[in-house]
Amino acid sequence: MTSAAMAGAKRRTGRSTGRILPILTVLLAIIAIWYAGAVWMNATWVRDQAARADTVLTTSELVRQTLMLERPVLPAPHQVAAGLWEGVAGQKITSKRSLVWHGWITLSATLAGFAIGTAAGILLAVGIVHNRAMDQSVMPWAVASQTVPILAIAPMVIVVFASMGVTGLLPKAMIAAWLSFFPVLVGMVKGLRTPDAMQLDLMHSWHASRAQQFWRLRLPSSLPYLFASLKVAIAAALVGTIVGELPAGATAGLGARLLSGSYYGQTVQIWAALFAAAMLAALLVMLIGALERLTLRRMGLAR
Amino acid sequence: MIDTAVVQARDLSLTFSTADGPVHALKDVSLTIDQGDFVSFIGPSGCGKTTFLRAVAALETPTAGTLAVAGMTPDEARRRRAYGYVFQAPGLYPWRTIAGNISLPLEIMGFSRADRQQRTQRVLDLVDLAGFGGKFPWQLSGGMQQRASIARALAFDADILLMDEPFGALDEIVRDRLNEALLDLWKKTGKTIGFVTHSIPEAVYLSTRIVVMSPRPGRITRVIDSPLPRDRPLEIRDTPEFIALAQQVRDGLREGHSYD
Repeated sequence: MTSAAMAGAKRRTGRSTGRILPILTVLLAIIAIWYAGAVWMNATWVRDQAARADTVLTTSELVRQTLMLERPVLPAPHQVAAGLWEGVAGQKITSKRSLVWHGWITLSATLAGFAIGTAAGILLAVGIVHNRAMDQSVMPWAVASQTVPILAIAPMVIVVFASMGVTGLLPKAMIAAWLSFFPVLVGMVKGLRTPDAMQLDLMHSWHASRAQQFWRLRLPSSLPYLFASLKVAIAAALVGTIVGELPAGATAGLGARLLSGSYYGQTVQIWAALFAAAMLAALLVMLIGALERLTLRRMGLAR
Repeated sequence: MIDTAVVQARDLSLTFSTADGPVHALKDVSLTIDQGDFVSFIGPSGCGKTTFLRAVAALETPTAGTLAVAGMTPDEARRRRAYGYVFQAPGLYPWRTIAGNISLPLEIMGFSRADRQQRTQRVLDLVDLAGFGGKFPWQLSGGMQQRASIARALAFDADILLMDEPFGALDEIVRDRLNEALLDLWKKTGKTIGFVTHSIPEAVYLSTRIVVMSPRPGRITRVIDSPLPRDRPLEIRDTPEFIALAQQVRDGLREGHSYD
């Protein structure tokens, strides 16, 4: 290895530890605060129990007990981690106690809703960009649709679909689509309008049809905006799906897992399901990010 | 009589209505551009030189007067793809290779794949970019990108080439080289060229006719026929004829009170 290469390698490792260290520090701080919170919030219960049993607890005994309650007010990180591990690896994935099974139920509805929402957002954006009447009429309705609290709408959607005999994936996907079409719509309207006057003039000078203008200029120009929107949209779709799983009657999905956890005071189960949902969201966003980098680099649009 | 006029404008006016009242971009402009002419439009900002070129290209619609391009209305000429237009910026698509960019108008116009390839190759040779077809725009210098955009305008064999300050954003050394190359191209292809510029030496060096314009309202103050031969090495710029011609253009600009 040449000295230059060694210096390069050193700089690289230096840079990566330089990046990891702050992340690790923040993570440790969060865990420390979490533990402190768990001790503080669960202490009342532990003291009550001790008073009832007429025993006096030492501080270390108090702390120990607050961190291993079966139904803590706030479960400690290691309890959530154990619950998560138990839910993911400790069950057959076909089991109703498996987080993988519930996660799949949620994921499938999320992806279906994301697909519907993305298609709707793109189609509406194309309409807005190409049609004056749509340009002036669609956007206010789209904005209004997002100001309606989804928590209020979701049960109605579920009930209406159920009355038509449709249950399961589709009603949840509709709620997910409701939330995810909007960022795609806004991003695509902006993206499809990025070509400047000069580029449109060039197309005009070649006597290009609107379809040619769309496929060869507007659509490729809009892709950076589309990907940025898709990241927001997929996270929104996941939230929508989970909200759709909350109304009574749902028995499957991470949302149902959250709900049943709260019914029975299984706080560890709630937190495990929450973390599963968060990790799912992070995974999906990262997936789109990777797709974005790949596409934009190939198109010479990477920034 | 054979009509050799490629562009014929008679009493052409074009008024934009703005929030501050009407702006007379062109007022009573009459001009004839003949087949094979190299006509430069020079004048300060707001004199209507770009507007005139855009009207010829049917990118703007005149409000009065008549304008014929290749014996048709400008819009008919546009539909028949009678002209190629070159803007100040190359406007190449970053997601297409140079060859892909040049074949873009050909795709739009429905040329066959084999024809597209053959034409792309030919114009790449013409602008001295043979071998760069597979490169992406960002891999080329600004001057090379602008040459590619000229190749794109030449690819579909339009008889008229309209150029709106094509070299305005380039440095002078590159500009000199491209001016020479453009003259060479003009001789080889026999195109009729309309060329908008801010630069007196550029206008004098390139043109067979120089149209001097002045603003408010945009109008033609002088049309100067160049006595220079069609073969013009760069050194011609040091000859007394050239300097005298440049002086005439300068006088024309001053006459229009252009630089008040």
